[in-house]
Amino acid sequence: MSVPMNTQSAARNTKVMNRFDLTSRLVAKLKHEEAVIGGIGNTNFDLWAAGHRPQNFYMLGSMGLAFPIALGVALAQPDRRVIALEGDGSLLMQLGCLATIATLAPKNLTLVVMDNGIYQITGSQPTPAQHADLVAVAAGCGLSNGAWAADEEDFERLVDRALLADVPTLIAARIDDKPGVGTTRRDPVQIRERFMLGLGVRQPL
Amino acid sequence: MAAAAPATSTEQSWHAIVLRTLKRNEIGLVPYVPDRVLTPLIKSLHADAFFTTFATAREEEAVGILTGAWMGGRRGALLMQTSGFATLANALASLVVPCQIPLIMFVSERGTLGEFNYGQSLVCRTMRPVLDSLAMEHHTMTRLDELEFTVDRSIKQAVATQAPVTLILSPLLTGGKVFDK
Repeated sequence: MSVPMNTQSAARNTKVMNRFDLTSRLVAKLKHEEAVIGGIGNTNFDLWAAGHRPQNFYMLGSMGLAFPIALGVALAQPDRRVIALEGDGSLLMQLGCLATIATLAPKNLTLVVMDNGIYQITGSQPTPAQHADLVAVAAGCGLSNGAWAADEEDFERLVDRALLADVPTLIAARIDDKPGVGTTRRDPVQIRERFMLGLGVRQPL
Repeated sequence: MAAAAPATSTEQSWHAIVLRTLKRNEIGLVPYVPDRVLTPLIKSLHADAFFTTFATAREEEAVGILTGAWMGGRRGALLMQTSGFATLANALASLVVPCQIPLIMFVSERGTLGEFNYGQSLVCRTMRPVLDSLAMEHHTMTRLDELEFTVDRSIKQAVATQAPVTLILSPLLTGGKVFDK
């Protein structure tokens, strides 16, 4: 018997949106050289496609580490806003990081989860979290400032609020099963170096 | 936060030497997944306001945090035991090594020189082959008189060459964990 996709979302009053559209809406709001960490696969492909910024880091492997990497940037640069974009399948690999982030409580960190209930990039297999609510999981870890985006307008409102918050925030969005729009160039050294230049840590040769 | 721990500057315990060498090299962010052997070091890190030290749920998570912190201009080091290192192959091979992150790792070596748990002794045998297969620098520290030199030079080399280093704390240095409690 096959497990239907998105069964966990059936009871939710939240619109199914599109990852590239939401990522573009988010990036359009960034006016202060905010750092953005894009998780493995489609999440960073859509960040790439939304327009390269020197403050973007595209994670090419290490599935599940987008939130921890963003936490590290947030701890290193407390005056800069840091946003992490992660897929639901990736977050499932590293749920413990939600507890760590809640404990350290950086004021400048926003976590965004794009939840389609599937491993889209490997063939759209359903994740094991068909009955899980990731906002509730985060709240259970102590991240009480989290919400599901009801629609695109609500997503934008939640982003505006997160960028002014003084506690870590989490925004979850139900998204469709579309693949990423672009493809990130797999050049890890250049990605890392350009990110460090973008954060003002390095000067060009 | 407590004031700086007193009298560490001349103390010759392994953990006092590690702490002051970290401090001298501006290694201030120290996430860990604990080990009994590491307890005196972790306690003194918590007691010293210079350090931001905290537990993570998994070792991989700490690798991500330290990678982000390095890219943001802040230095750190990860403390763990041998079995924790065994969870890291993917994060090292797909993030740390290809991105050239000077990740500094301290591993309390369990599984040898008096181990009582067969699983620990087996997982210990996977550590150096993983490090060698990725051509990662590592040193096994057995002697107190060599410790400060090895830690200090290894940190400086990691930063200068943008390459990770693993410093393995042998039971010959720390005494290890020899009883089943």
